Amino acid sequence: MAERPGRSDRRTRTIRIDGLARVEGHGSVYVRVEGGQVVEAQLRLFEPPRLFEALLRGRDFSEAPDITARICGICPVAYQMSACRAMEDACGVSVDEPVRELRRLLYCGEWIESHALHIYMLHAPDFLGYEDGIAMAREHPDAVRRGLDLKKLGNEIVTLLGGREIHPVNVRVGGFFHLPALDELAALRERVLRARDAALDTVRWVAGFEAPESELECELVALRHPDRYPMYEGRPASTAGLDIEPSEFEAHVTEEQADYTHALQAHIEERGAYLTGPLARYALNSERLSPVALEAARDARLGPACRNPHRSIVVRAVEVVHACEEALRILDSYEPPARPAVSVEPREATGYGCTEAPRGLLYHRYDLDKDGAIRVARIIPPTSQNQRVIEEDLRATVQRSLALPRPELEHACERVVRSYDPCISCATHFLRLEIGEP
Amino acid sequence: MPRPMPKLAVWKFASCDGCQLTLLDCEDELLALSDRVRLAHFPEASSAVLRGPYDLSLVEGSITSTEDVEKLKRIRRVSRHLVAIGACATAGGIQALRNFGDRDSFVSAVYPRPEYIDTLATSTAISDHVPVDFELRGCPISKTQLLEVIGAFLAGRDPAVRPHSVCVECKRRGTACVMVARGVPCLGPVTQAGCGALCPAYDRGCYGCFGPKETPNLPSLAGWWRERLGATPEEVVRALRTYNADAPAFRAQAEAESDG
Repeated sequence: MAERPGRSDRRTRTIRIDGLARVEGHGSVYVRVEGGQVVEAQLRLFEPPRLFEALLRGRDFSEAPDITARICGICPVAYQMSACRAMEDACGVSVDEPVRELRRLLYCGEWIESHALHIYMLHAPDFLGYEDGIAMAREHPDAVRRGLDLKKLGNEIVTLLGGREIHPVNVRVGGFFHLPALDELAALRERVLRARDAALDTVRWVAGFEAPESELECELVALRHPDRYPMYEGRPASTAGLDIEPSEFEAHVTEEQADYTHALQAHIEERGAYLTGPLARYALNSERLSPVALEAARDARLGPACRNPHRSIVVRAVEVVHACEEALRILDSYEPPARPAVSVEPREATGYGCTEAPRGLLYHRYDLDKDGAIRVARIIPPTSQNQRVIEEDLRATVQRSLALPRPELEHACERVVRSYDPCISCATHFLRLEIGEP
Repeated sequence: MPRPMPKLAVWKFASCDGCQLTLLDCEDELLALSDRVRLAHFPEASSAVLRGPYDLSLVEGSITSTEDVEKLKRIRRVSRHLVAIGACATAGGIQALRNFGDRDSFVSAVYPRPEYIDTLATSTAISDHVPVDFELRGCPISKTQLLEVIGAFLAGRDPAVRPHSVCVECKRRGTACVMVARGVPCLGPVTQAGCGALCPAYDRGCYGCFGPKETPNLPSLAGWWRERLGATPEEVVRALRTYNADAPAFRAQAEAESDG
């Protein structure tokens, strides 16, 4: 039965969704409405903290890529890449260009895998009215098969370069342990070509989904690079004019702890909440997409920027096309390096690493002592950066949907959260380390 | 009338999500599996939740709060079989590093406002709190072993998961021993197989992410590392204190090294 608006206006309503489904990790939503006004909207990330920043203290610099990979089973490559970039920055080494190319290829695999998972198994069921990708497969078998094949190809790239899909073993500070054989890389090419076609079909498929209206006004933050769509490298930049070195990131971004969540929430000094991830990358870099991906974006009518989080599924699909194109470019131009890794001598220094995880900008900072032991580790994952924007969106969504019956209102809230592809496992593992000792 | 499909549930405690993601990474098998098994509780993949009891519960993650303990006991009560999956669930995971050293300062060092957080000073395995029917090792677990375990429990037989060492897999794969041939420190001789001996095949030593094998000889291996490869006791401790740091055999040897 619909509630009578006159009555509900006067009383307090709370919306609680305990145990959000189809997101990575444990989270819940809490919204409180008083007299027809939303007075609180909270995304509560209540995974138990795993205290990575504390357990990294005293570990050797060379261990950071493997240890930080364990923060997230969905995007371990992102952690390995940001950790390597930071450690190489601290130690003042630069890896060989072919090694950088292989790292980009590895990262392409993770983008394809992670985005395909979110598009097909987590997000698309919201548009088509299913509880999950498996139920969706009964009536859309070809689409789900295509999604699983894309995901598998992404995993194959990660497995070839990293040894396995989750927590790859082949990445080290300075490069890789082992270089792939040329015939193994050549064998990938045909499969990546087919995946690109599947990715283009994906863009067309999701572009036809009817998305709820929504328009984010917040600042969008992503890496920017002079000639590449950002993934492995770039400077933090924003739609409000931020353009800084990775080493300046903490001077502009502040994190705070709230009493209802296990994640720190980030905001930009004096401007407030901001969003990182596919919408931000696209808004700041769309002209640097590969020509085929750019054309797919135009055909999907994305425009130069997309500020509707429900349409982020289209941007993810475009990014999958781009990642396939980038993988093809690397496979076609790759010349093996003289060595799998450059040697890295630790020194007393601070290093910074920023790369683009599938979910957005991932920042690492390490202070090392002269023997290479980690004195301080600081990691800011995308989901803790996005948390405030998600809450603002929840607040706005509930405010304009107050007339909806409760189940529909709850579903609308869940859809909002899922559209951001939050990774709660990532977000809750970084409570700030406040240490007084050296 | 057809027999009802067995119900599979997936649960999560402190973890990276990677082990349950392994189920979704079975791209070729997932849809076939869903024809044989009802995914009755798998929030990462589905909004649909069926009530228990469940025929098989896969439990990922370690226990780090008092709330976790209560939740785990409830899960045990509604599960016919309960399998702990991954190093967090079988040994406390990397977050079990908090179990060593001065716990209080470790915990208080991390929280700007510790009063908001309910967390135990330790990270412990599922089997420390409830009986488990099987422990599937790995950080992360192996896809093929996961499918084997699901198949075995649903068929009512023991899973064919061998407790021998990574060395056996290296031999099978034809990888030259990195420790003997190149002097690279390797935990393969004391680590349980299951990964396919990946690290030596990628030119590095095994780092023990599947935890101790059955009857490992850790004092012997540690002696090799120190005497023949020139490793310091601190390096041996560091190698043992990663993803399975609180597994009894690894913990005991690390303590022996620390005591000199």
